[in-house]
Amino acid sequence: MKKTLAIVLTMGLALSFVGCGSKEESATAETTVAETPAEVVTEEAEAAATVEETAAEASTEETAEAAGDVMSYADFTAAELDSEVVVETYVQAKQSWWEDKATFYTQNEEGAYFIYEMPCSQEDYDKLVPGTKIKVSGVKSEWSGEVEIVDATFEIEDGNFVATAKDVTDLLGKDELVDSQNQLVSFKDMTVEKVAYKNEQPGDDIYVTLSKDGNNYEFCLEYYLNGSDEELYNLVGGLEAGQTVDVEGFLYWYEGANPHITKVTVK
Amino acid sequence: MKKVFISFFCMIFIIGSLSGCHGAKQSKGFDIPENFDESKKVEISFWAKNDTNVVQTAIYNKAIEDFQKLYPNITVNMRLYTDYGKIYNDVITNISTGTTPNVCITYPDHIATYLTGNDTVVPLDDLFASEKYGLGGSELKFDSPSVSEVVPQFLDECVIGDKHYAIPYMRSTEACYINKTYVEKLGFTLPETLTWDFIWQVSEKAMEKNADGTFKVNGQNVLIPFIYKSTDNMMIQSLKQLGAGYSDSEGNALLFNDDTRKILKTVAQYTKEGAFSTFKISGYPANFLNAGQCIFAIDSTAGATWMGSDAPLVDIAEEKLVKFETEVMPIPQYDTEHPKMISQGPSICVFNKSDSQEVLASWIFAQYLLTNEVQIAYSETEGYVPVTTKAQRAEEYQDYLEKEGTDTDTHYEVKIKAAKLLMDNTENTFITPVFNGSASVRDAAGQMIENVTKAVRRKKTVDDAFIDALYKDVQALYHLDQQGTGIGQGKNDLGPLPLPSVILLCMLVITWVLIGIYVAFEKIKEKNKN
Repeated sequence: MKKTLAIVLTMGLALSFVGCGSKEESATAETTVAETPAEVVTEEAEAAATVEETAAEASTEETAEAAGDVMSYADFTAAELDSEVVVETYVQAKQSWWEDKATFYTQNEEGAYFIYEMPCSQEDYDKLVPGTKIKVSGVKSEWSGEVEIVDATFEIEDGNFVATAKDVTDLLGKDELVDSQNQLVSFKDMTVEKVAYKNEQPGDDIYVTLSKDGNNYEFCLEYYLNGSDEELYNLVGGLEAGQTVDVEGFLYWYEGANPHITKVTVK
Repeated sequence: MKKVFISFFCMIFIIGSLSGCHGAKQSKGFDIPENFDESKKVEISFWAKNDTNVVQTAIYNKAIEDFQKLYPNITVNMRLYTDYGKIYNDVITNISTGTTPNVCITYPDHIATYLTGNDTVVPLDDLFASEKYGLGGSELKFDSPSVSEVVPQFLDECVIGDKHYAIPYMRSTEACYINKTYVEKLGFTLPETLTWDFIWQVSEKAMEKNADGTFKVNGQNVLIPFIYKSTDNMMIQSLKQLGAGYSDSEGNALLFNDDTRKILKTVAQYTKEGAFSTFKISGYPANFLNAGQCIFAIDSTAGATWMGSDAPLVDIAEEKLVKFETEVMPIPQYDTEHPKMISQGPSICVFNKSDSQEVLASWIFAQYLLTNEVQIAYSETEGYVPVTTKAQRAEEYQDYLEKEGTDTDTHYEVKIKAAKLLMDNTENTFITPVFNGSASVRDAAGQMIENVTKAVRRKKTVDDAFIDALYKDVQALYHLDQQGTGIGQGKNDLGPLPLPSVILLCMLVITWVLIGIYVAFEKIKEKNKN
């Protein structure tokens, strides 16, 4: 009797351990649940990226059929808003990579193109260092005055070009300034009027008001462009009214010229 | 001795096996400590959002400063965002690394996703009821509102499944900010209740041009009569007003229907005429409105300080500002007898941590954000409404409302009108069902309007075939074809228990029964011996 009981008990225990062995599955299930949020985001990001990508792919295909050839900067400037465009350009700076999309400041020998939220893997993003030549197919768009290429796709090509800053100080306040939109430009002997953190504390954009000949102009240190450059961020954040500076940056547009600062020299 | 040893061995194994099974579920939960230990230093992180409004930052800073004076052992480290989406993404990233903030300003849709993690967000019902530290608790060092003093409708919006996972912080809705001067110049009079037909009609008329190509109504080269900031809300509210499907509490996406098709076709029609665009495509509605390049700008009441010729916050050059009379009205309606508008605005959630004192400190701080000092000050920064009746009825807040239009800063007319709009229409507000994935349904709703608007601008034909394809693409891309996967359904039917589990459970029962028999048998035997 005792033996029988012992055997039954042992069997029962053994089976219960086997059952507990399925804990592995439980634990896995829990891990999966815990990881779900990240997956959800990734999926949503992928979805968003794919929506854009699909549109871009469609537009690229049609572009190839309709336009086919790569446009000159003059052709791009003349192209209607919301029309499909194809350009060859060179990466000058990367503003951000977020959810498989990235924003680029690009320029060639003729002019500059701001490529907004282009679907791009992290791997490709790492390859797109300044100077890299890319062929971009997308749609010409305008957002608050900033002309950009959206819903774009790209391919990396052979070639290299890094722009040097063009001095546009004399164009400040003039209509012609917009012709240099998105280019790497410089402004000499500007006077610091005001410096303000976006949220009144470091960690986000810095708004800088500079003046020339009594007129104020708005500049911005875009956090996603070069907030990680601690030296530049601290330098700009620490600028004081009355200082004279030379400034370099990309001639971004937001309801008017709003250069995104990349370099500051205090005189 | 041998029997005792065997019995002991068996018991140890059984306990071991059972506790092993129990260990598979790593639920930590949160037990409210008996007392808050004020001798212990606690550091908590608070992720907040402002509307690119520095006054709001100042109010958060003051709230933290005042709170830390009351509780010197608690240090609150704030991280500010200007975008709820970024908070959401950062929280998600930090869930996987176990580094979530302690307190976070967020939306219930987002919390529903956070909840798919294990014990991430603290359910607050027990904390609400805590005599010492709950809402209006006896041991709190500030005048906290009681549960009944939180606007019930706003509190209900924080229920996910059957528990409160947040407390409301501020509430807003959407408003239509109107260039009344231009509406009247075009020969129209604003109706008592704004309708979609009226907006489309005026917008169409506004597209008339002079011989030189400028628009007759503003004499400029640019005019987009109707701009919508949040196309998600545009679709959601339209469907609600039409009584059409959007989503249900079971987590089903119902928005791919014929009413949506009609809405999209209308959007396409007026986009083609140049009468409609969106924030994502063209820019901030406020900038166009203030430049005299937009007649109907729909945006949150929390964006009221940016709207109108005398707006305290302006993003365009002074020389571009145009003088006009601004009217603030509820969003357009399909059924004027039964107006419906969305209730939105930030809520506050508390994240779970292994240290219950840290969680309690977080809860106390979250609750501090409901005090009159914070509620009134923050609501006055924009067209927000305090979430407590205690703050709404306070003399200070009533005085603020009465001073509407007496200056163009604190008492800016448009801002106070926007706040009153929500207070007058609280019973007409609604929220959408919250479940894991509800944020995707929302994104899909807006994406369809954006895609249709873009397509028309790119000279594509938006017809039934286009919309069919759009439905299919959006459903697949946002995984909305996998219906009923949300946690909102709460009681998922997991199907019958698998056979191995049934066998296992039976064996466990038999084992325990046999142990019982054995022990009883031994006892009887021992008794008989004696």
